[in-house]
Amino acid sequence: MDLNLSDEQKLLRESAERFVAESYDADHRRKTANDPLGFSPLVWKQFAELGWLALPLPEEFGGLGGGAVDLGILMEAFGRGLVSEPYVATVVLGAALIARCGSTEQRQASLPKVADGSLKLAFAHSERAARFDLAEVATSANKTAQGWRLAGSKIAVLDGHAADQIIVSAHIHDHRGPSGRIGLFLVQATTPGLVISDYPRLGGGRACNIELFDAHLPEDALLGDGGDALPAIEWAVDRAMAALGAEAVGIMQTLLDTTLEYTKIRKQFGRPLSANQVIRHRLADMAMQVDEARSMALRAALKVDAAPAERARAASGAKAKIGKCARFVGEQSIQLHGGMGVTEELEVGAYFKRLVAFDTLFGGSAHHYARHALLGRRAVSA
Amino acid sequence: MDLSFNAEERAFQDEVRGFIVKNLTEEMKRATALTPSVFSDPDIGMAWQRALHRQGWGAPGWPVEYGGPDWTPAQRWIFETECARAGVPNVNVMGVKMVGPVIIGFGSPEQKNFYLPRILSGEDYWCQGYSEPGSGSDLSSLKTRAVRDGDDYIINGTKIWTTHAHHANRMFALVRTSDRPRQQDGISFVLIDMKTPGITTRPILTIGGDHEVNQVFFDDVRVPVANRVGEEGKGWTYGKYLLEFERGSGIASAKLREGLKAIADLAESDLTGRAIDSPDIAARISEVEVDIDALEMTELRVLSALQTGQNPGAVSSILKLRNSEIRQAVTRLGADVIGHDALAVEPMRPLYKLNHEPAIPEEMLTVMPEYLNGRAYTIFGGTSEIQRDIIAKMMLGI
Repeated sequence: MDLNLSDEQKLLRESAERFVAESYDADHRRKTANDPLGFSPLVWKQFAELGWLALPLPEEFGGLGGGAVDLGILMEAFGRGLVSEPYVATVVLGAALIARCGSTEQRQASLPKVADGSLKLAFAHSERAARFDLAEVATSANKTAQGWRLAGSKIAVLDGHAADQIIVSAHIHDHRGPSGRIGLFLVQATTPGLVISDYPRLGGGRACNIELFDAHLPEDALLGDGGDALPAIEWAVDRAMAALGAEAVGIMQTLLDTTLEYTKIRKQFGRPLSANQVIRHRLADMAMQVDEARSMALRAALKVDAAPAERARAASGAKAKIGKCARFVGEQSIQLHGGMGVTEELEVGAYFKRLVAFDTLFGGSAHHYARHALLGRRAVSA
Repeated sequence: MDLSFNAEERAFQDEVRGFIVKNLTEEMKRATALTPSVFSDPDIGMAWQRALHRQGWGAPGWPVEYGGPDWTPAQRWIFETECARAGVPNVNVMGVKMVGPVIIGFGSPEQKNFYLPRILSGEDYWCQGYSEPGSGSDLSSLKTRAVRDGDDYIINGTKIWTTHAHHANRMFALVRTSDRPRQQDGISFVLIDMKTPGITTRPILTIGGDHEVNQVFFDDVRVPVANRVGEEGKGWTYGKYLLEFERGSGIASAKLREGLKAIADLAESDLTGRAIDSPDIAARISEVEVDIDALEMTELRVLSALQTGQNPGAVSSILKLRNSEIRQAVTRLGADVIGHDALAVEPMRPLYKLNHEPAIPEEMLTVMPEYLNGRAYTIFGGTSEIQRDIIAKMMLGI
């Protein structure tokens, strides 16, 4: 049992924090927020040079073989600067699914390019009717003589507008009809019949809705051998929730630091706000919740390779708890900044919005407490 | 980073389990499960302390030269966790975890030689004389006075919330030995024999129906100056040192988990009409379980920091605060899970020796008393408000 960072992990944390502190200031964030791309290709290139795009990828395909804790260290630093590069879409979700489900050829074709920054990915899975149920997929993939024909709609695809390839989940239909299996298909962004409508995402970056109008794909667009991909999807989303949880911790820490500083400077009734016990106690509660969130993100990271039920419970527990902490810390940060907290003139609002986006993505606290409960009862009755 | 235990630690875990199986009697287990207050009755708790002592485990946190087992933080974690899982009695922490470390840190050689072995063996049973009717959170305003008279102090005043004073043969107390401008500077730390003439004890019943705390009165009580620990006027420093132990001794998550498990078992039982089938109850169980997970991780992070010699600092306040809040959440959940049976609070004690058939199933007997008594969790050992003051000051610098 040891939860101390290794020397390598300490170095990673230092370099990530330094990079974010130096490159990610308010000006940079404003610029990218108004940019149709939503992030900086130059920064993406630097990510590649720093080895961050390769960090969690397998070593045999140009990766560094880092684990979920390493990923969490990086994501927490990203959170501190509200980084908007498509890291989660490309590396945490896209590359992970290819690494897990792809054939050797598919992995060889994609992963080294992700690592060197020349390939961006996205994962299109959520559908409106499914809400947060990962098993519910109406998009269909019909087997044709030449390959596959995909039809359906996807929503809330992170950074899909910037992706060279989009991994689309669809129910496989072969000549016998519905197979009951979900397949993952690698769709080139230029595929005819693929229509992307993107929008600025709450809290920074972009997302899109996707329509597939009988898009024709080659035979080898299907990742792997066509076995049911649902377990892989659940695995990838659990892992992404752990990583996003770490990012939320970074966001919360910045909000806490900023708010603490403000309450020391802002004077009312002839004394700093922080001289009031009610304010001090609120900040103590915020600090405590940041700490609890940090514990939960770490716990989820340490359990990503556990058995599926244990991993899923840890991920849902972390998502639910961090979401709850994030709302509290975010809302109280605005409250303690007073009227200024509600304006676009301070960055508190931008950080808050990213936290709300975190809580929403893949399902909010209520959804994940319920999933946690359901998984627990299954474990008990098993 | 690694959450799992290495081979050595797993071997130790087996050793602890073996010890518990051999020494924990059914009687102790049942008595512990049916004790709705913080500490076991002395006959139960001290029997367990004697068993621990025979094994050389009487004082897990002490240095080895005073009889500690020289465990790593990970071993302490394993020990506490296994004890919680098995439901062992709660031993008198006022001796082992509170006054013991103060005597070790600041006591004279004579005091160490006399008191420490008697704490280990369970021969002495300690109580804590800190709070007074007029001095709760503002402890340093305490008024119980010790006036020097030759080789004795003569003590007058009163202490309150004194847990198990009615069982204890010794008390460690903070008393005022001078009126320095800074209140804290006039306080001394003394060890008192409870059989000394002039001491009387008044029981205080708590709202769950338990007699655990008392008020203690001192009427010209003579205590040898040799019973003062450390320097005169430094008692506040020693007392605070002890309070940090009281708050940070926390490997609390394992016990919380067992408490929640008992409630979840009730919720899944026909005794409660399967309360868990209500989605609201199921989600709340998960919510509390996740809070325990977070606390456990924080405890493990502190433990890891301790292993490398780092000081956890104000985190002990976070642990105390969250532990007490989650304990209350568990008891609140319990009260909801048992439904109408919450109305039948059994007044007789001890609950493991009732001479009549209780109105509700035995599994539920402690639920309401624990909920009611448990309101004290966020009050004793420094209220939640005081903990927030400490967090704001120590962690945030405000």
